[in-house]
Parts: sequence; structure tokens; C-alpha cells
Amino acid sequence: MIFGTDVVSILLGGLSAGMVLFIVSVGLSVTMGLMGFVNLAHGAFAMLGGYVIVLAMNRLNVGFFLALALGFVVTAAVSAVLERLFYRRLYRAAELDQVLFTIGLVFIFIASITLIVGPENQPLTLPRALQGQINLGFIHYRAYSIFLVVVGALIALGLWLGFERTRIGAQIRATVDNRRMAESIGINVDRLFTLTFAFGSGMAALGGGLGAEFLGLDPQYALKYLVYFLIVVAVGGLGQVTGVFFASLLIGVLDFALKLYLPKGGTLFIFALTILLLLWRPQGLFGKKTT
Amino acid sequence: MTAVAPAPAKHPAALALAERHRLRLWEPLPWILAIAAYFAFPNYLGFGAELLIWILFALSLDLVLGYAGIVTLGHAAFFGAGAYTVGMLAHHGIWTEPITGLVLAAAVAAVIGLLSGLVLLRTTGLTLLMLTLCTMALLEEAANMGHDYTGGFDGLASLPISPVFGKFEFNPLYSNTQYLYVLAVLFVCFVFVRTLIYSPFGQSLTGIRENTLRMHAVGSPVRARLVTCYTISAAIAGVAGALWAQASAYVNLSALGLDRAATVLIILILGGYGRLYGAFVGAVVYMLLSHFLARLYPTAWQLGLGFMLVVIALFARNGILGIGEAMLRRLGWKRSPS
Repeated sequence: MIFGTDVVSILLGGLSAGMVLFIVSVGLSVTMGLMGFVNLAHGAFAMLGGYVIVLAMNRLNVGFFLALALGFVVTAAVSAVLERLFYRRLYRAAELDQVLFTIGLVFIFIASITLIVGPENQPLTLPRALQGQINLGFIHYRAYSIFLVVVGALIALGLWLGFERTRIGAQIRATVDNRRMAESIGINVDRLFTLTFAFGSGMAALGGGLGAEFLGLDPQYALKYLVYFLIVVAVGGLGQVTGVFFASLLIGVLDFALKLYLPKGGTLFIFALTILLLLWRPQGLFGKKTT
Repeated sequence: MTAVAPAPAKHPAALALAERHRLRLWEPLPWILAIAAYFAFPNYLGFGAELLIWILFALSLDLVLGYAGIVTLGHAAFFGAGAYTVGMLAHHGIWTEPITGLVLAAAVAAVIGLLSGLVLLRTTGLTLLMLTLCTMALLEEAANMGHDYTGGFDGLASLPISPVFGKFEFNPLYSNTQYLYVLAVLFVCFVFVRTLIYSPFGQSLTGIRENTLRMHAVGSPVRARLVTCYTISAAIAGVAGALWAQASAYVNLSALGLDRAATVLIILILGGYGRLYGAFVGAVVYMLLSHFLARLYPTAWQLGLGFMLVVIALFARNGILGIGEAMLRRLGWKRSPS
């Protein structure tokens, strides 16, 4: 049964990484689908959240879960202000301007954090309950990975319910499908944009904090993992919560397995797969064929 | 159209079009300055050569971004392809002659540009952005993995490059040869790009950028034009990469990374895209700022760069040249009718 436990441990490790990927990327997918905005600064919001969470724990001795909530709130607030002040001027601008603006924002974030906190990696100390191994009956596995899988699944379920079953979710879906029609029937699209943007950035902050344990947290975080977030969104399809969910898990597990068995060429394989997939289905695996 | 239309060459439209690509009085100025700089700053020729290479690279990006309107984040892929072509040929002792090396590098980059362009340019928007990014990442990863051929993470150092024309050696301490060599290549490429831009082909590229649908409607082979432009631009970027490898006598992963792709984008945008000389202004301003500020205050430099990008994206979409033009117009100086 050695092979069986191998498969299970790869699945668990990959799933836990995939869950973090999902929590970070879901906001990016929704904002890109909703506003058609190429937000390369999404990784910077994840980084900001991660820093708030880790610094609150390390320097102010705030508990893990309270720090997570704090990171969510602070990042959501900062991003809401940025959205109101700057992002909305560029919704109808050319893609190039959006790319430039968000790259500029990334540089500002990286430089500010380097200046204020310093360039070194900020370690995350997990609460004692989440350290060590846990016995699942047939396998001992890292408690934190199990925790991540459970939390990720709960968040995905919550988001899915919110997206499919609530009024605001219906408004978002309507606006993704046809913005002008949504405005015509009286949906306040402006407010919806701000709310969604802030919520998505808050989620990215949670992901930044939850993933800091194995992704690390230094000022280059905003650029280092951006390609992964973008790949997840492109593969999953714009504005698709379920699509991003499955794409994250797929890429999480693939990446984990490839790093184990093909430590040198793993990333190459993922890039190549993404290119092939996007050529086959430009709208992503789960995207709708509209554009 | 009346029965007595003016002769085609005298037609106002023809005159206006001809007027647009007339050689202007100030156009020799950058070249005079470049040659003057050779004599004025003999200690900065290495830096100067690097600056000229950035100009060439930004010029190649201007062709796809400014004229054809293809938003790419992966242009460093072709720069790297050219650099690694020259680097690997020289390192393994296969080919060290610099000028034919440039031709080979251009050919390799053009083939990569053609192949990737054929498939990538079927898409638009975010998908295209992602695909260019992924193609570059793919090449970077390949260069990282092929340690035996590419030197992997460490790259290939002290490349043996033969003297130009068998006479002028590349001296790592005194960059006189490098500077003049790069300047000559830049001039040739610039004349080529300028001619291309004002040719009917260049005009159709501008048309595609402004209104793809309409260009389809008037029967322009849009895809073929875009792929051709992408391939030419890739070849020029390859030449820039090859020059970089020859002038610095090394090649490493930095030739291929997102950093370089973002920097060239910033340089072009800073100067102003879609206007030929934007590459010159952007590269000079960016390189001077980064050379003197970045060494002293690297973090503040990045912060300033970030603010600069944000301001350009929000308020000054045509870069420094665009600002200058707007100011001249306000002062009553009239731009030739276009």
C-alpha cells in the first residue's frame, strides 16, 4: 500500500496548495470577468494581506484567526479606496493602460513594503493546534495541510452559494453576462464593482496569509506568483467561481506532483500545458463561449 | 471625385501623406548627439552601448505595440532568443564572427516569432497577454533547464567574440568598439523600421490597430499582416539581444525574464509609443534615471518608477513626447497636417 499512501499524500499536498491558489485567484477571476480589467496588482493585494496578518501575529501578538480577519478587512478597505480613486477611471481604457497602471501599483507596493518592513522574508508561526501531524486513520499528514483543504472547501462552498443563491450573486452574474442590460434594469453597477473588488482583494489577503507558511512572504511575492494566479484565471475561465476552483486544484496537484517527480522540468510542463489549453479553448476550461 | 481630379502626385491627400514621412530637420539630431557622446563621455561608453541596445529593443516593441497594437508582455523572449543564439554558438566554439552572428540571431528569433505568432495572434485581449507571458516563461524555463547548453542559472560568461571585420576587438574595459558597432547596427535597423512604418504595409498596421473590423471589411489580410509584423519585430529584438550578448560577452537568464519585458515596456511607454522616437527618449530618460538614482536609492527608485507608471497610465498616455507635443501645440506651434 506504499503506492496508495503516496497518491494520497500527493493529493493532499497538492490540494492544500491548490486551495490557497483558489482563495487568492477567485477575486482576480471575478474582477476580470466583471469589469474586464487586467489587474496585475492582485498579487500585491495578496502580499499586503499576508503582511498585515503575519505582522499582526509576530509584532502585536494577535491570534491567527483574528489576524486573518484583520488582513481581510484592511486589504479590502485599501483596495476599495484604490478602486474608487483610480481603477474606475481605467475601466474603459485600453488594456495597455490597465497593465501599466497595475504594474506601477505593484512597484509601489513592493517598494513601500521594502522601505517600511524590510526586504527579508517574514516567517509565519502557526498556532499550536495547527502544527504537527494529524492521524487520518490510514495516513499521518501535516495538520496544516488538512486544515487548508477543509477551509478552502468551506470557502468554495460559501462562495458558490453566495454566487448562485444570493441577490448580490445574481447581480454579479447578470453584470458579467451583459453589463448594459444589468444597468438598464436598475442594478447599481458602480457600487457592485467596488463591493466585488474589495471582497476579491480581501479574499486574496486571506490567501496571502494562509499560504505564507509555504509560499514565503517577502516583497517580491507580488510578482513571483503572479503568473500562477493569472494561469489559474485563464485556465478556469473569467468570472467563473467553479472554474477557478477546479483549475486551482488541478494546477495545485499537478505542480505538487511534478515538483516531486520532475524537480527540474515541472514548471516548463505547466506553462506548455497552459499554452496548449488556451489555444484549444481561449475562453478557458470552464468559460463560456462568448468572446 | 470630379472629372478634372489633380494628378495623383499632386492630390492634396497624396501630398499630406507624403508630408508625413518627409525627413524632418531635427531627425539627424539623435545621431549627431550619439556621435558627440562618443567623444564627450569616453568613460561611459559601456553604459552608452547598453542604452543604445535598449533603444533598439524598445524600437522593436514599438513596431508590435505602437503600430500594430498587439499588447505583449513577453517580448523579452525574442531578446533572449537572440542573446542565447550568439552566446551558445560562441561558447561552444561554433561561430564567433559578430555580424553574421547578428544575422543568425535575427533568424532564430524570427523563426520563434513566426511560429508563436502564427498560433498566438489568433487570440486577443487577456488570452493573448497570457500566451505571450507563458511563451516567455517557457523559454526561460527551458534555458534554465538546459544547463549543458545554456549554462542554466549561471549563464555563459566570457564569450569569445571575434573582432568586427577581423580588426576591431571588443575590449571589456574600453567599450569604444562596442559603442560604435551598436550605434551602426541601431542606425541600420532604425532606417529599416522607419521605411517600414511609412510603407503601405506600415499604414495597414496602423489601420489594424485603429479598427480591425474595418480592415477586414476593406479586404486587408489582417492575420497575415500581424504575423509578418510580429516576426519582423521578433527579428529586431533578436538582434538587440545578440548585440547585448556580444557587447557584454555574457548571457544569462536575465535576458529572458519578466523584468526585462516589463522594463522595455516601461521605456517605450515613458517615451511615447507609436511614434518612432519614443524609444530614444524613453531609453535615455529611463537609463539616466536608473543609472544615477537606482545605484544610490534602489528602493526609492522603484517607488518613483511605480508612481511614474501610474501617472502615465492615468494622465499622460502618450509619454514624454506626447507631453512635449501638447505643450508645443499650446504655445501655438502647429504640427504638420496629418
